[in-house]
Amino acid sequence: MLGGNVMLVIPTKSPVQFEREQYRRHSAVPELWAVLDRVTDPEIPVLSLWDLGVLKDIKRLGEQVTVIITPTYSGCPAMDVMSEDIHHALVSFGIKKVSVVVELSPAWTTDWMTARGRDHLRSFGIAAPEDVVATESNIVDEDTRALCPHCGSDDTSLISEFGSTSCKALFKCHRCLEPFDLFKHI
Amino acid sequence: MNVSAEQQDLIQYAIRLGDDSLILGHRLSEWVSNGPFLEEDIAQGNIALDYIGRARMYYSLAADIHNQCGEMNVKSEDDYAYLRDERQYQNHLINELPRGDFAYTTVRQLIVDLYNVYYLEALKQSSEAQLSAIAHKAAKETSYHSRRSKQWTLRLGDGTAESKLRMQNALDDIWGYTHEMFEQDELEQRLIDRGVAVDCARFKQAWEQDITAIISQSGLKLPEAQWSVRGGREGYHTENLGHILTELQFVHRSIPDARW
Repeated sequence: MLGGNVMLVIPTKSPVQFEREQYRRHSAVPELWAVLDRVTDPEIPVLSLWDLGVLKDIKRLGEQVTVIITPTYSGCPAMDVMSEDIHHALVSFGIKKVSVVVELSPAWTTDWMTARGRDHLRSFGIAAPEDVVATESNIVDEDTRALCPHCGSDDTSLISEFGSTSCKALFKCHRCLEPFDLFKHI
Repeated sequence: MNVSAEQQDLIQYAIRLGDDSLILGHRLSEWVSNGPFLEEDIAQGNIALDYIGRARMYYSLAADIHNQCGEMNVKSEDDYAYLRDERQYQNHLINELPRGDFAYTTVRQLIVDLYNVYYLEALKQSSEAQLSAIAHKAAKETSYHSRRSKQWTLRLGDGTAESKLRMQNALDDIWGYTHEMFEQDELEQRLIDRGVAVDCARFKQAWEQDITAIISQSGLKLPEAQWSVRGGREGYHTENLGHILTELQFVHRSIPDARW
């Protein structure tokens, strides 16, 4: 029976994100997660690998630390740099043996990007995947409009489905007249 | 320990898929700095990267299986890309045809992208976990690629008299290379029986319907000519592959194992 203390719970984050955070919270090596929070996407330096959703797991077995990451796009040229940066960050922290493993499955999705990551993207001038308005599918097309990260207007239009990197599409804002990138939902 | 016949089949299959991706990725990359306008230039570069990324994943899988079998000569993705000759490459010939004009590239890309929509969907079901993982990743990208190819086909086919003529010429020139994409040799048949490889026969009709629909919507005509060219999977290539490889492999062969 429900008593008088029924609380209405409004989910503020997706189940996928919640699961990720729980996993991290129960990790045996919280200090290493903190170290890797300083490692960012080389192309989008405001986004840590955790916030981007690329960092999946950190395991420690004695001296050996294994970091598991997943690529955003098959041909993402930043993956090698990310691996090197992870290696460097952990070695500087005093870890002797570091290996970085790239896992493909399950395939990366923008759903793994954290709320903080989305905010950082916007302040960096890139619209986040959910800033899309007026589209029926998740795919960006010529009818897609995205909220301008500079002025917030939805009076925008697509310039190109493929922006400066595979993960982004290029838009222009008709109000503030600035171009901007949208991080595509995938 | 030696590589078993089954593992050998799997290695070859992964290499074939890698070859298709690498050679097409290289062809697309030739548009970088030659695109019709800046955004399109960047789009071609993006898509080329996706294909080259796939090639890396397929070759790495082949190398992993090879190495797990305890072979003496340890291999990496680079060995497959940079140290094999023309006769060892097994890509479908359509991928190695020169990039031609923008219409030619568009038609080829339409054909291959729509093929990949079905191919990758089927490869997701592969009993080989890593092949399935690659397919899951690549299928998401292909949904973007195929949309773009359809848009360009419409725009150019239904464009000016000149763009239409060029699209039709490209279609007539390329069509004979599509048949090979649906032929499967004994090796692939063995892998199909094991649930590893994709059985292209299953989606040939659906693919033809998709192509026919977009082609007629664009005001173009499917060629009636019956000629067809084959041989890529057996290592028989057009004269174009050798030229690609000289460019692709030059640095690695001149300065082996060089690092940036």
